[in-house]
Amino acid sequence: MTTTTADRAEPVAASRAPRQRAPEGRGVATTAHVALILWSLLVILPLVWTLLSSFKSTQEVLGNPLSLPGKLRFENYANAWTTAGIGRYFVNTVVVVGCALVLVMILGAMCAYVLARFTFPGNRLIYYSMLAGLTFPVFLAIVPLFFVLKNLSLLNTLPGLIITYVAFALPFTVFFLHSFFKALPGEIYEAAQIDGAGEWRTFFAVMLPMARPGMASVAIFNFLGLWNQFLLPVALNTDSKNYVLSQGMASFASQAGYAVDFGALFAAVVITVAPVLVVYIIFQRQLQVSVTAGGVK
Amino acid sequence: MTQEAEPGGGPKRSVTRRRRPLTFDRASFMVVFLGLPLAVFVIFVVSPFVQALWYSLTDWSGFTSGMNFVGFDNYVKLFHDDIFLKAVRNNILLAIVVPIVTIVLALTLATLVTIGGSGTGTVRGLKYAGFYRIVSFFPYVIPAIVIGLIWAQVFTPGSGVLDAVLSKIGLHQFENYAWLGDARTAMPASMFVMIWGFVGFYMVLFIAAIRGIEPEVFEAARIDGAGRFRSAVSITVPLIRDNVQTAYIYLGIAALDAFVYMQALNPGGGPQNSTLVMPQQLFTTAFTKGQFGYSTAMGVVLAAVTMLFALVVFTVNALTGGRERKVKERR
Repeated sequence: MTTTTADRAEPVAASRAPRQRAPEGRGVATTAHVALILWSLLVILPLVWTLLSSFKSTQEVLGNPLSLPGKLRFENYANAWTTAGIGRYFVNTVVVVGCALVLVMILGAMCAYVLARFTFPGNRLIYYSMLAGLTFPVFLAIVPLFFVLKNLSLLNTLPGLIITYVAFALPFTVFFLHSFFKALPGEIYEAAQIDGAGEWRTFFAVMLPMARPGMASVAIFNFLGLWNQFLLPVALNTDSKNYVLSQGMASFASQAGYAVDFGALFAAVVITVAPVLVVYIIFQRQLQVSVTAGGVK
Repeated sequence: MTQEAEPGGGPKRSVTRRRRPLTFDRASFMVVFLGLPLAVFVIFVVSPFVQALWYSLTDWSGFTSGMNFVGFDNYVKLFHDDIFLKAVRNNILLAIVVPIVTIVLALTLATLVTIGGSGTGTVRGLKYAGFYRIVSFFPYVIPAIVIGLIWAQVFTPGSGVLDAVLSKIGLHQFENYAWLGDARTAMPASMFVMIWGFVGFYMVLFIAAIRGIEPEVFEAARIDGAGRFRSAVSITVPLIRDNVQTAYIYLGIAALDAFVYMQALNPGGGPQNSTLVMPQQLFTTAFTKGQFGYSTAMGVVLAAVTMLFALVVFTVNALTGGRERKVKERR
């Protein structure tokens, strides 16, 4: 499915053979460019303003919003990183998202593989309950979840947050990978079995590598989803030394309301956004493909 | 899918499978591969959902005291709770406006990128399409909370850039105007922020869908004399109808949540609760006031509204003649 869409994308773009230009077409093209440039500006300008503000002093921020910073105050970044604790939150986020991502990819791939390639009673039931877990709002579960974690002594701990991330990213991962494993040719499984590979070997040495494109797409979505996760940490991880970036930013901003270092607030925003934006620009082609693959389903 | 690829392969395989002896390899494989993920899923996802249904029927509040079964009292109370009802209305408003505006905008931009190119004959993409696509997608990779915080700063009267720009171009009535502090504009401004965050993703989605349409379809329309606008309305929209439906459901679910955006823009629910949403009210009721039974009842209502919303979208799409009929008409 994915490949056909990607392939078909070419003809429209590739049919750009030079032909005579009609005024009607050019008018449309100009209008299109104007509209798209306006939208691009609407996207970029707030970000540029944020970047500029991150070098300003608090007085400058509260002064004329259109002025440029008097000088590049990199100390804002240092303040955000240490004083406001963004550095600590950043490290926490990397640890939590990193662990959760690896775990959910492994568990999700295993579960999707079994559901897609084996028939046993209850298979459909599990699959549909995963699907239901994907659509129900997390808010319905949040209060009981709080007490589940409390009873397991996992409340306000990073492992508790990691396992919760894994659990709530699992349905999406299984759902998405299910179709990938389903589409793998059955002969390969047979061949591996005949060659004497056990079920474990077959999965890790043969099937998993074959599902790599699907794994990459899901991993990207899961990464963004977990990196941006807000509700789960805010409800289940209230110890400020365990904060992740998203909740750290929110708490910084709410404290910042009155007395605070606005330059550092903007710097914190840049610290949060910049790494993901850079990664995006590097991997944007892969990501676009993933969006397409995910959306066409 | 598998069956189609190798006719007859499916059933045969399951027969051989049944004959296979249950070795240690197989048994351990099934236990670990199915048991481990399922255990995590059941403990942390299924059980909380099920417990929520029970809690919503109790008066449980606070950490120490026990709980009493109160039947549907919480729900009765909810329907007399003006603040909660206001939140429900706000959520419904969001679920109607945000998806429509986002989809119209995303579709328009996607159409411009894909078939806005100049020239006669072949329908072609626009120059620099890649650049527009990459830039439009930026907001998707920015954490929602940060999107909210950035725009909260942009909207701030005095130090925010919006008022400064507006008064610079002559609209002096907006000097020091509190976009998020005025009950008339708080909701539209919040909606705008959500839409700003969503459009890029759906634009990329629609671009892919439009490029999935056979170019010949556009050629044929061209030859029949359809202009670009006509092509977009009469061909693109019906042909990518299913993508639009999916997008509408995702967006609606996101709008029924809206928690992150609203927490960033107006944590207290906004002037006269004009931007208060159900999740915010649920969160406060649970974790600030400790009324767990009551708050889970809110969760149940939220889930019900979400399901109802998806149902309405499916029904409307089916009633207005889903995809198949339209395609046939075209041919």
